[in-house]
Amino acid sequence: MLVYLLRRLGQSLFVVAAMAVLVFVGVYAIGNPIDIMISPDADQAEMEAAIARLGLDKPLWEQFFIFVGNALQGDLGKSFVYSTDAVSIILAKLPATMELAMLALVFAVFIGVPLGMIAGLRPHSLAGKSIMAGSILGFSLPNFWQGMMLILLFAVLLKWLPSGGRGETAELFGIPFSFLTLDGLSHMLLPAINLALFKTSLVIRLARAGTREAALQDYVKFARAKGLSSQRIVLVHIAKNIMIPVVTILGLELGSMIAFAVVTESVFAWPGMGKLLIDSINLLDRPVVVAYLMLTVFMFIIINFIVDMLYCVLDPRVRLSEAKA
Amino acid sequence: MTDVLKDTETRDTTARPHWRASPLLRFGAEFAESPVAVAALLVTLLLALLALFADFITPQNPYDLMQLDIMNNMLAPGETTFDGEMTFHLGTDDQGRDMLSAIIFGLRLSLGVGAMSTVIALSLGMCIGVLAAYFGGKVDAVIMRIVDLQLSFPAILIALILLAVLGKGVDKVIIALITVQWAYYARTVRGTALVERRKEYVEAATCLALSHRRIVFRHLLPNCLPPLIVVATVQVANAIALEATLSFLGVGVPITEPSLGLLIANGYDYMLSGKYWVAFFPGVALVATIVAINLVGDQLRDVLNPRLKR
Amino acid sequence: MSAPTPEAPTLEVRDLKTHFFTREGVIKAVDGVSFQVAPGEVLGLVGESGSGKSITGFSILGLVDAPGRIAGGQILFQGRDLVPLPESERRKLRGSKIAMIFQDPMMTLNPVLRIDTQMTEAVLAHRDVSKARALEICREALVKVGIASPDERLASYPHQFSGGMRQRVAIATAFLNEPELIIADEPTTALDVTIQGQILHEAQALCRETGTAMIWITHDLAVVAGLADHICVMYAGRMVEQGPIDAVLDRPAHPYTVGLIGSVPSRNRRGGRLFQIPGMTPSLLNLPEGCAFRSRCPRADIACLEEPPVHTATEGRQVRCVHPHDEPLEEMLS
Repeated sequence: MLVYLLRRLGQSLFVVAAMAVLVFVGVYAIGNPIDIMISPDADQAEMEAAIARLGLDKPLWEQFFIFVGNALQGDLGKSFVYSTDAVSIILAKLPATMELAMLALVFAVFIGVPLGMIAGLRPHSLAGKSIMAGSILGFSLPNFWQGMMLILLFAVLLKWLPSGGRGETAELFGIPFSFLTLDGLSHMLLPAINLALFKTSLVIRLARAGTREAALQDYVKFARAKGLSSQRIVLVHIAKNIMIPVVTILGLELGSMIAFAVVTESVFAWPGMGKLLIDSINLLDRPVVVAYLMLTVFMFIIINFIVDMLYCVLDPRVRLSEAKA
Repeated sequence: MTDVLKDTETRDTTARPHWRASPLLRFGAEFAESPVAVAALLVTLLLALLALFADFITPQNPYDLMQLDIMNNMLAPGETTFDGEMTFHLGTDDQGRDMLSAIIFGLRLSLGVGAMSTVIALSLGMCIGVLAAYFGGKVDAVIMRIVDLQLSFPAILIALILLAVLGKGVDKVIIALITVQWAYYARTVRGTALVERRKEYVEAATCLALSHRRIVFRHLLPNCLPPLIVVATVQVANAIALEATLSFLGVGVPITEPSLGLLIANGYDYMLSGKYWVAFFPGVALVATIVAINLVGDQLRDVLNPRLKR
Repeated sequence: MSAPTPEAPTLEVRDLKTHFFTREGVIKAVDGVSFQVAPGEVLGLVGESGSGKSITGFSILGLVDAPGRIAGGQILFQGRDLVPLPESERRKLRGSKIAMIFQDPMMTLNPVLRIDTQMTEAVLAHRDVSKARALEICREALVKVGIASPDERLASYPHQFSGGMRQRVAIATAFLNEPELIIADEPTTALDVTIQGQILHEAQALCRETGTAMIWITHDLAVVAGLADHICVMYAGRMVEQGPIDAVLDRPAHPYTVGLIGSVPSRNRRGGRLFQIPGMTPSLLNLPEGCAFRSRCPRADIACLEEPPVHTATEGRQVRCVHPHDEPLEEMLS
């Protein structure tokens, strides 16, 4: 187990290193780092100070080590707009994005898995076919368009839910969260549904395929031969088996959810990391963009790592074989 | 036993006698088995024709400022110009632009960007993938490592970052779309080419001492085409959706050449005040395009790959 | 033991027909099979793959999947016909009165559930006992099939077991609720020969001890020879011959049975040529008219184009053939 952990950690470090090189090449070699990392409003003295600090007057390989050294200390530059540390600006927006992504994940699982199982158990029924048609639609509709239609329907026409913003927040461990207040939750609902729609379609397909496969297995027939009720067979024997691919894929998709939050947050004016990224791109606040990129890569790797561990917990077979390896 | 064989054979031929005609006819007949797919294909063709002949079809050129009249701004669908000369079937935007015309021109840009980026990414990915499969070893390992690394990040993130560095522009959007797409093709082609490479006709070609280039381009590539066509169809839809998303976010095409995504973004603010048409109709056009192409792709996959048949 | 038992049979199958209604046509997987099993008795159900022997087993349990269904006949379990019973009634019988052991022990246990979960649920589904008591029952059952340190085993996952061990767990599970009838579908085929012997022995001992009737489905005549009291040979969905095991093996009447026995290597006939049945099992979709075996039968003639009748001979022997053999096996093969 420990060996496996270390090996996975090694792979992750490799990816971080590769991304660091890519970002470095993108910013320093292709682009002009003076444009990218130093505010255009800076006067001559500021500019020279920054050049010295970033080591832009030094050879390229030396610059790389300065970049890496700074990055390791959590210094990915200063925002032009806010004049503060880019990393801390992004981290301040992180909770809003995370709570949105988490709620969306919950929706995707608790709506997608049951629907997928129904479609898998009764593939030729009207319900099964409608669910699959819905999932194809969920895949085809662009995310931002879905979000706008949700606003048009629930906020503009029916006036049931607010169209944007974060609503009231309450603090937990000193961090403001929306899901702790009723008003905050009502603000979260539409964006979370929007963010969840695509993943729900994915979960439906996964759950359906898994159910269809599991239903044909001998262990299901053996369970029936034991005289178990169909509820128990579906809810225990089949559900436990399809949870493995669902959790794995969803975990991996959490990363892409954070990326797609860019769209959802823009549509619903949700003040998270994604909206910050778009605002920063539009304001040419490049240090924030670079910092966002590095932080996201880092987060991706952590998420993948956690998912791998979860996978081991869920599937006893993996647990054993990895322990042996 | 012989009876059995004979029986099944007659059954097959009686069921589908026209299949024997030609591969193309057979392909068409199989495709036409799904009425939904045929309808989707017709919609796709119609949209493509609209886009091609936009100049001749649209009631006005939405980007010729001479033809616009600010007096006509924000008219609801079905309203007419002040003198009643022209009816705006889908309403107008904040600059008095006919939405129907704007949508058809936007469609042209969206389809153009999607198709162009797909063709280039396809050619690029195809070459890289087939080279990886043909040469194998280190070449293969390095290429596939890059592909895996790229595919582990969401396309939208890569495209966003690229555009943040490159700036706005139709050409830049196409570059971003190519960058996020080539890896899919490379992986698909490599997978099929690896299978094809082991087949006897490649061995025969090698025995005849044909050049690498000839074997790869004349023998290997044509046999990798069917799965590629399927991936490409789905990817055109994805590319269009991605372009729309990027433009909606304001990092895609410039305001002077609005695609469907940008049209939707422009109408977004008005939607909250109930003036839905500026954003709604471009959205309908976009969704119809994507869904139609996806449905065609689905059916193509079923026809071209019998193993995947549901 | 070889004579028909005077006791009332645990199970009597009469003219069972299980058909699959597919788009290509009706597949008559089981088409007119009759047999009976008495308490404590073992019936060997023998046939090639595709002969319908497993479907017969599933029909008795009521586990035939769509598009298949029982199209005719009766399944009398302790005198009660199971065919018209609603699913809820049949479920109550499954696992309690009638249990089944499957072919591949690697596939029958759910890989992601612990053994205790999978065993206790079988008890709890049929008996109103506490979880602790259910666990106790499972532990005893495991000991009975020869599993050492049952507590440790109960807390394990299936993949931590060898194939033989898994099959023992499956057998223990089948015996949990002291069933009246056990259907064993080739339970030893996937196992090593030495393990096979042990499993056979244990299953037989359990049946004798508890008075459980057993149907042992197999393609392996050697297994049946050492285990069964009666034998029923199936071909292409039909019963072709049945009777007491010794009688059938010594004087097989149906040409197919003769071929089956002849193709088993035996020490007595060492050096001689092995017999082989020419051709392949016909597709059940397009069975030839009349006797299904006629295309491969050395004795077939024009009379075989008619549906062959079932002859009932002495000692409860039945054969479905127009030209049955009437001499001892040695003479036929020499």
